[in-house]
Amino acid sequence: MAYTCVVCVKQVPDTAKVTGKAMKEDGTINRAALPAIFNPEDMNALEAALSVKERFGGKVIAVTMGLPAAAAVLREALFRGADEAYLVTDRRAAGSDTLATSYILSKAVAKFSPDFVFCGRQAIDGDTAQTGPQIAEKLGFPAVTYLEKLDVEGGKVVATRDIGTGVETDRVALPALFTVTEKFGELRPADVRLVMKYKNFEPKALSCDDIGCEEGRCGFAGSPTSVNKIESVVLAGKGFKEIPADDEGIAALVKELRDERTIG
Amino acid sequence: MNARSGDVWAFAEQEDGVLADISLELLGKGRKLADTLGVKLCAVLMGSGVEGLAQPLFEAGADVVHVVDDPALKTYRGLAYRIALVKAIEKESPQIVLFGATHMGRDLAPAVASALRCGLTADCTDLRIGDYEDKKTKEVFRNVLHQIRPAFGGNIIATIVNARNWPQMATVREGVMKALEKSPGRKGEIVRHEAGLDGVDIPVEVVEILRRHSSVNLKGARVIVCGGAGVGSKENFALLHELAAALGGAVGGSRAAVDLGYCEHERQIGQTGVTVRPALMISCGVSGAVQHLAGMQDSQKIIAINTDKDAPIFKVAHYGIVGDLNVVIPKLVKAIRKGS
Repeated sequence: MAYTCVVCVKQVPDTAKVTGKAMKEDGTINRAALPAIFNPEDMNALEAALSVKERFGGKVIAVTMGLPAAAAVLREALFRGADEAYLVTDRRAAGSDTLATSYILSKAVAKFSPDFVFCGRQAIDGDTAQTGPQIAEKLGFPAVTYLEKLDVEGGKVVATRDIGTGVETDRVALPALFTVTEKFGELRPADVRLVMKYKNFEPKALSCDDIGCEEGRCGFAGSPTSVNKIESVVLAGKGFKEIPADDEGIAALVKELRDERTIG
Repeated sequence: MNARSGDVWAFAEQEDGVLADISLELLGKGRKLADTLGVKLCAVLMGSGVEGLAQPLFEAGADVVHVVDDPALKTYRGLAYRIALVKAIEKESPQIVLFGATHMGRDLAPAVASALRCGLTADCTDLRIGDYEDKKTKEVFRNVLHQIRPAFGGNIIATIVNARNWPQMATVREGVMKALEKSPGRKGEIVRHEAGLDGVDIPVEVVEILRRHSSVNLKGARVIVCGGAGVGSKENFALLHELAAALGGAVGGSRAAVDLGYCEHERQIGQTGVTVRPALMISCGVSGAVQHLAGMQDSQKIIAINTDKDAPIFKVAHYGIVGDLNVVIPKLVKAIRKGS
């Protein structure tokens, strides 16, 4: 059984590297000041897709939505063994929230009639974990979120997922969508021959029209949420009482905490 | 103009017939929102044989409990729950639907929002009712839900509204909202709904669930001793355990400490771990990344111990000890043991 696996990947600003310079004066993020990286859990999703292809045959198609520069993550996917890569890029997609994004991506994904769709659990710029389950709902696929492990038995997927209070094993009929966590395992390294082959690769660009999106469901027009206000987190520092790091200072602190009954 | 009507709903999360804490926390916040809007606060309770859980929901502030009871809902499956919940929402037209930002809530809420084509804001840390003016059209919307959440790795706080689409939905972080004081015997109304799942094929079968029985209870602890990268080693965490034991408290860690393998993942405090607000937080060798501070800065008293006097942790501290935790913690333990 050969499977068609589509993996949705995203190029994101490296939010771990946010410094003063990355914040604009109005409190918004200066995305240009941050390195653009392959969203970490999308790498785990790509690994899941590649492992399905390796074990059961088939192909892996990487899809991203973004500016033309996002082609970088598609090249990374090809370096690891993806067979095809597509970039959805369209001015009409600008300003999409998760609902509009999932609509556009579901239209792109549906073109490939996949058996498996893989997404990272969440992206580090928004941390919403919404796009995956919303793509599944639009495709009419079950969503298996927080995937840690998968196998195929008798044509069905046996999926292990984290449910917060424990671990659950599901048996799922295909087609289905999976959102993958870092527990699935690290993405394999790039293959040197594939790097040589694809280093100048420019993906096929798909517009909203190419994938049959309805006007009004993309971009700002298709996004019910709007950002009313953005504040940067500024730690004012309320001023603390400095306790000398010696026996007397610490004994006095403990006494104070006891007197006010913070400790027993 | 553009004022809304409809009740405030909170999804009452339960597993194996036990309500999750978040269900009561959502009702605590939901009560304020419903009172501000002058509407009813409703819980929506789904499962099989769960109607007995309605009473604790009334006691936690719900006026109405919408019950969807069906054998097909016995174990949580996203697809089945989504179909049943969307049906109930379409029938009752609430103006706000809240979910916990738990694994279940983050699985269910996006699918429901997608089916209803409404907005959803993830992982809110605060919710308020207020007006909103669309800056482009100058349209003013009265009494919309302001959904406040950290974004960009905790570096910014965004206020999100979805003023045009019905209903307004949000997931809410665990441990951030306060449950109300329980009102024993408080009465409410039960409204029963059909799940609408007869003849619907759900292509997912839950084969097995292994629950983790955690010995770590950070959310319930009055005192937490939290270690960061500055603790230096897994072995050195013993110092923190000793201090916690002297105070009858629990031990937590920053993400850095967890990533370095100094302590278990279930002890992680911060945006990607648990949110805590104990009576006393003793922070040891934690520099204080915004993601960490977001999960502990509402602690009633914070003592920070760090060798670096410029560490951001001191900005949220009430007491600061600039010094080596290896020296300071034994002194603290000694002082605590001496007086008790």
